[in-house]
Amino acid sequence: MTRIYFSAAIAAVLVCLLVGCGNQEASVAAATLKPGKERHVAPDFALKDANGKVVHLADYRGKVVLLDFWATWCGPCRIEIPWFMDLERKDKDRGFAVLGVSMDDEGWEVVKPFLTDLGVNYRVVMGSDSTAQAYGGVDSLPTTFLIDRDGKIAAVHIGLANRRDFEDGVEQLLQADAPAANGRAALPAVSVGAK
Amino acid sequence: MRRLLTVALLCLPFLWAQSSGYLTVGRAPQVAGKRNAAVEAKIPVSVQPGFHVNSNTPSDEYLIPLKLTWTSTGALEGGAVAYPKPSLEKYEFAAKPLSVFTGDFSLGVTFKVAANAPAGPGAATGKLRYQACNDRACFPPKTVEVTVPYQIQ
Repeated sequence: MTRIYFSAAIAAVLVCLLVGCGNQEASVAAATLKPGKERHVAPDFALKDANGKVVHLADYRGKVVLLDFWATWCGPCRIEIPWFMDLERKDKDRGFAVLGVSMDDEGWEVVKPFLTDLGVNYRVVMGSDSTAQAYGGVDSLPTTFLIDRDGKIAAVHIGLANRRDFEDGVEQLLQADAPAANGRAALPAVSVGAK
Repeated sequence: MRRLLTVALLCLPFLWAQSSGYLTVGRAPQVAGKRNAAVEAKIPVSVQPGFHVNSNTPSDEYLIPLKLTWTSTGALEGGAVAYPKPSLEKYEFAAKPLSVFTGDFSLGVTFKVAANAPAGPGAATGKLRYQACNDRACFPPKTVEVTVPYQIQ
């Protein structure tokens, strides 16, 4: 039995040497990202943030975006939000941003205290039915989209996902090529408005 | 023809049921009583397998409770609701067990027939608000119509 463990340890060391354990790029697991050709442009929107400023998704072109549809009454959303705060803290200087879309019917009256209590460090906008429809009729919360630098949807997580899936997905997208020279991709014809 | 009629009769309860996503409210049996008498109704509710709704007394203040409110009670007065005992269930997304309703249960309602109620049929109508989740996701709060038919004797 001891020999089996010893052999396994040797094999593990060899694998590490071959793929480079210390290399961050190689350590990123293959997150379930769609191949580039299968990605569709994320619908643009114009939604207000907590300060009343209108935010367009197009403003984030050139960045990797984690777009999270959530609500204060959603338990699984409350699990994921601290993960997203960590990602924002860790990767915001690498061309990454988290954007929360609240689906609370009660609006900022309930959302602002929640954001303050949790110390949410990323921008949150107030969602609308039309936004949810534009994203395929978001009904399950949380629903989270990973959007690449070209503004295309690379992955969708419906319901509570694994933290590692988000971390790996974001890392892969950040490591992908920089955006096109003009920095802009085609915007969809329809843009959904602020509530 | 007889077979068709049988199928139609079997389907009747489902036709009466008010469904809204993950919760269905069945047709409450008609209640009957004389003026000033207390009458009790039982409203059948069913939650889809694999889902739960928060109880009327959720474990956390951020959770939306199940709540029945009356929009019109007609010739009936009161309408106090007796909710069943909730169960405490542990889900991956919550640190502590949550107070929820699952499966089939009934809401008990107590009315008093008004002193000046006219004899004959009527219906009390209300709205049941709930918010459902499964073990990985939650769904926006919804409202279902509730009807309690009555007969004043």
